[in-house]
Order: sequence, then C-alpha cells, then structure tokens
Amino acid sequence: MIVIDHVSKHYGKQTAVDDLSFEVKPGVVTGFLGPNGAGKSTTMRMIIGLDRPSSGQITVNGRRYADLRAPLHEVGALLEAKAVHPGRSARDHLLAVATTTGIPIRRVDETLDLVGLTSVANRRAGTFSLGMSQRLGIAGALLGDPEIVMLDEPVNGLDPEGILWIRGLLAELAAQSRTVFVSSHLITEITAVAEHLVIIGRGRLIAELPVAELAAGAAGRSVLVRSPDAGRLADEIRADGVDIRTGADAELLEVTGLEARVIGRRAAEAGIVLYELSPKSVSMEQAFMDLTRDAVDYPTHLAAPELAQSDRSAA
Amino acid sequence: MSIIEESGATTSVPAQSARITRLDSSSLKVTQWRVIRSEWIKLRSVRSWLVMIGAAVVVVVGMGALAAAVASGAVTGPTRPGGGGAATGRNPFASTDPTALSMAGVTLAQLIVGVLGVLLVSNEYANGSIRNWFGAVPRRLPVLWGKAVVLTLTLAVVMVAACLAAFLLGQAILGGDKGTTLAADGVLRAVIGSGLYLAGIGLFGIAIGALMRNTAGAIAVVVASLLIVPGLIGLVLPDSWNQNISPYLPSTAGQAFTTVHPADTLLASGSGAAVFVGWLVVLLAGAAMLLRRRDA
Repeated sequence: MIVIDHVSKHYGKQTAVDDLSFEVKPGVVTGFLGPNGAGKSTTMRMIIGLDRPSSGQITVNGRRYADLRAPLHEVGALLEAKAVHPGRSARDHLLAVATTTGIPIRRVDETLDLVGLTSVANRRAGTFSLGMSQRLGIAGALLGDPEIVMLDEPVNGLDPEGILWIRGLLAELAAQSRTVFVSSHLITEITAVAEHLVIIGRGRLIAELPVAELAAGAAGRSVLVRSPDAGRLADEIRADGVDIRTGADAELLEVTGLEARVIGRRAAEAGIVLYELSPKSVSMEQAFMDLTRDAVDYPTHLAAPELAQSDRSAA
Repeated sequence: MSIIEESGATTSVPAQSARITRLDSSSLKVTQWRVIRSEWIKLRSVRSWLVMIGAAVVVVVGMGALAAAVASGAVTGPTRPGGGGAATGRNPFASTDPTALSMAGVTLAQLIVGVLGVLLVSNEYANGSIRNWFGAVPRRLPVLWGKAVVLTLTLAVVMVAACLAAFLLGQAILGGDKGTTLAADGVLRAVIGSGLYLAGIGLFGIAIGALMRNTAGAIAVVVASLLIVPGLIGLVLPDSWNQNISPYLPSTAGQAFTTVHPADTLLASGSGAAVFVGWLVVLLAGAAMLLRRRDA
C-alpha cells in the first residue's frame, strides 16, 4: 500500500507535482498514466525517498520509505533501466544490490533466470541492449521478493516478445497478491496490464478510476448510419433525447442517444434500406486525451503517442 | 543478445517464479557491514578501477626505481631545470635524500588514486545508478561510509606494500653507500606514511566526488588542490601569508609525514598528519551533510 498525501514538488520555479493525492492498493496492478513530463517519474522517485517532497508526505506500508528496515523487501523499483555501471557484469550488479540487505546469492541466480539473463549474466551491463537493460532493471526490482513492485515505463525499448513477457510477469505478480504500480505514457499499453488507473497531467491528479470505467467511456456513444433514404430515417427515429447530425454526405447520419439495434429495427419496420450501421467507438487514446486535454505540457507529444515512444527508445 | 531473443523459455514466467526462493523480512535488515561488503563487490567488479590501482602501484614502484637509478648514475635524469615535482616544492629526481628518491612516484600516483576516489562516487551520479543504491540504502550515509572504508583500506594495504617495495628496490639500486635502511631515523615512518597518504588521497577524492557529484569538476578540484594550488599560492600571496597557509594545505601537510626530514617550511610529522586527517574529516562531514539533504 502506497499512500500519497497532498504531495507537491517544486524544482526552483518549476512545479513538477502539484498537490497530488492517491493510493496504490495492494493486490492489483495500478497503472500510472500521463503524458511525458506529467510528473510520473518525480512521484516515483519521491515514493522511494530519492527526492524529498516540497510539501505533503508519502508512506509505504504505513511508514516513510527511509524508515523501512528492509526496503528492498517492501518496494522493488525500476526507475531507469540504464542506471547501472556499464563496466560491471549483470550478476555482479545484482550481487552488490543483494548484499546491502543480506539477500542470499541463490536468489540472485534465480532472479537472473526469471528475467532470462542467465546466459549473459557475466557480460558487462554496458554491452546490453535497452531491452536487456530493462530485464536487468526488473531483476533488480524483484531481487528482494518485494511486496510492492514499482516500474517506470518498463516496456520502453522492449521488442514484442519482451512486451508480452512483461504483461505476463505483471499479471503473475498481481496474482501473487503483490502491489504492482507501473507507469506509462501509452494508454493502450497500460490498459493491457492494469486494472486500476491513476491519471496525472502537469503534476496534478486528473482521474483515478478502474480501467473498465475508462473502457466503458470509450465504447460507442454514437452510431453511424448510411442509408439512401437518410432523411426519412431521421424523421422516423427523431424523438426526445436523440441527436441526429448530418454532414455533407447526404446518405450519412450520426445518431447519438439510440442503440444501433433499435435504429436497425425501426429502419426495418419503416422499410428503409440501410447500407451501414456501426456503433462509433472512440479509441482508448481518444478517451485518454479527452481526459487530459487541458493538462498537457507538450500537446504534440500526445497527438502522436506512438511516435513519442520511438523517440525515447532511440535516445 | 541472440540467445535471449531466440530462447522461448524467457516468456514462461509462472513456471520459473514458482521455483524462486521466498525471503523473510526478519533477515533482511540493511546494516553498515552489509553495505561495506556491497561496496567491496562494486569496487572489485569494475575492471578499469582495478587497472587504476595497478597503475598506481606501477608508478610508485617504477618511478621510485627510476629515480634511484638516475641518482646512482646508472641512467641520466631529466636536465630541465625544475622539472618533475617542482610545483609542490620537491623535485624527487634532484633529491639527495635516498628515501625521497624511492618515493618519487607518490606525486604522480596521488593523482591516480584521487581520481579513482572521485570516480567511485561521481560515476554513480553520471550513470544514475546512485538511485539504485540510495533506493536500497535509504539512509544513504552507509553508502558513503562503505565507499570510504573499502577504498581507504584497500589502498592502505596495496599502497603501503607498494611503497615498501619501491623503497627496498630503490635502496638496492642505490647501493649500500648511497642508500639507507628502514631502521634509520624517520625512514619507516616516511615510507609507511607515503602509503597511507595515498590511501588518504583516495578518500579525499571520494569526499570531493560526493560534494561535487560531477566527474570533470571534481577531478579538476582534486588536481588543482594537490598540484596547482600549492605552487600558485607561493606566487600570488605575500610571503608572510604563504608561510602561514602553505603548510596547512592537504598535500603540504602530507609532505610533513611522507618525508624523512621535513623542510623548515613544513609542519612537524605529527602535526602534518593531524592536519591531513583534519581535511579529510571536514570534507567527508560536508559531503555527508549534503548527501542526506540533496535530492538524488
């Protein structure tokens, strides 16, 4: 359980996190979503005590992170995959991490095996691809058998197989009733793994909701109807609460307030031919953007989230 | 890399994690001793750092032997006026003190160990791994003390041995009439002191690295304070000031206990050692204070 209580963080005049409050509940995968620069990484750094909140406080399992006796057993975090000395082997890196808190060597090798790095365990970390570095970072996070696993953009730089692997791993961790807190700026990625969402923008909480709710919001709210007899159909279904829009295309109607099946039945009863009848669903991206539209630092990044991802992995 | 991508086994997470050892929090307390052991693993697992320690040994032994050979007339030394260690006020190649001759490499070796100390800290800020270590050790200070203990003890053992080797080799080259022995007054103190001085400079590097966090800046400060400031201060300050400041600089305080017969301008051996240790204590205390306060 992580409790973020009215936390703000200022760097000089820049506000990175602004009066943020939310909880990460045990036993579920909580997605931490927001555009680049929204304050996700800053929040995660504050959770494990690397950055000090300008105001407010954060507790992990009821205590400040700095007061935990066995921090790696309570929170396993991956913040930056490349944050390893490039001259040190993967195994020596994990061994040094494990030694700080008395984790047995046996578990270092098991963890290397778990992330699939056994065959390259003695290679210098500087020679690793970004995907391999992500796996090493995840190994470091899992080393202490932590109750809370916190990963910052773990799928960055992973190939499709690696992405599937991460999804499986997160599901497995949640099934072991661990608390999983994972950030992403990609809505489709996060909804594939998370049950619960915390959405921030410009350091402020925008929404905290179950993924199912966001998905419902994204599902068909209007129906596209194409008919050679569009005008007659419009008269047929027009009623209170039904909004019908027509465009330049005279055959096309956009109907809000009636389900597609109702429109189809009414058209059949009136003997009207339909060429097309399709519930128009907005994408998860659209639903996310509707939520965050007013809270974006760099709107162009959001307009092309996939592009932003490839920019980052190339860097 | 190809091994990973070709191996289908990497996706079979559930089967693998079922076999993994579960840990019990009662045995996982972070202790200073555990962090020291972790820092030892970190030091020995980066080859370039071991190479630097080896290079410092080679410099101490090699330059000591070379200086002795020059003094014994076996080879001709540098003829430039005031070459070598002139900036620190000693030119070991021109010395007539047989102990100073065989310790000729210390002036150069101090740069190597000082830079090593800086890198031990500043590298972790540069590559971001300091966040790993502070995440694992949230109280932070054990990490600084761990580095300090591991590097200082390692260098103390290795560099005292190197200085003894340099001394014995140098005296063998000089021969019985020009050379001296460890039993002579102040010699053992100067030789052991040189080794410990180098260990102290490693610690000096750690403190500067932790204070500045930036590799280039910290190395510049180490080089400047060991080599440039002692020479410069004599040029720009009035003599009366210079006499009151110069003996208290880290490198000149070091000379008071690394030379057999400290010059009149230097402190006595004991006071020199105390001033040198004082510098280390103050700098480390400052580093510790900032380490706790600053965002990582």
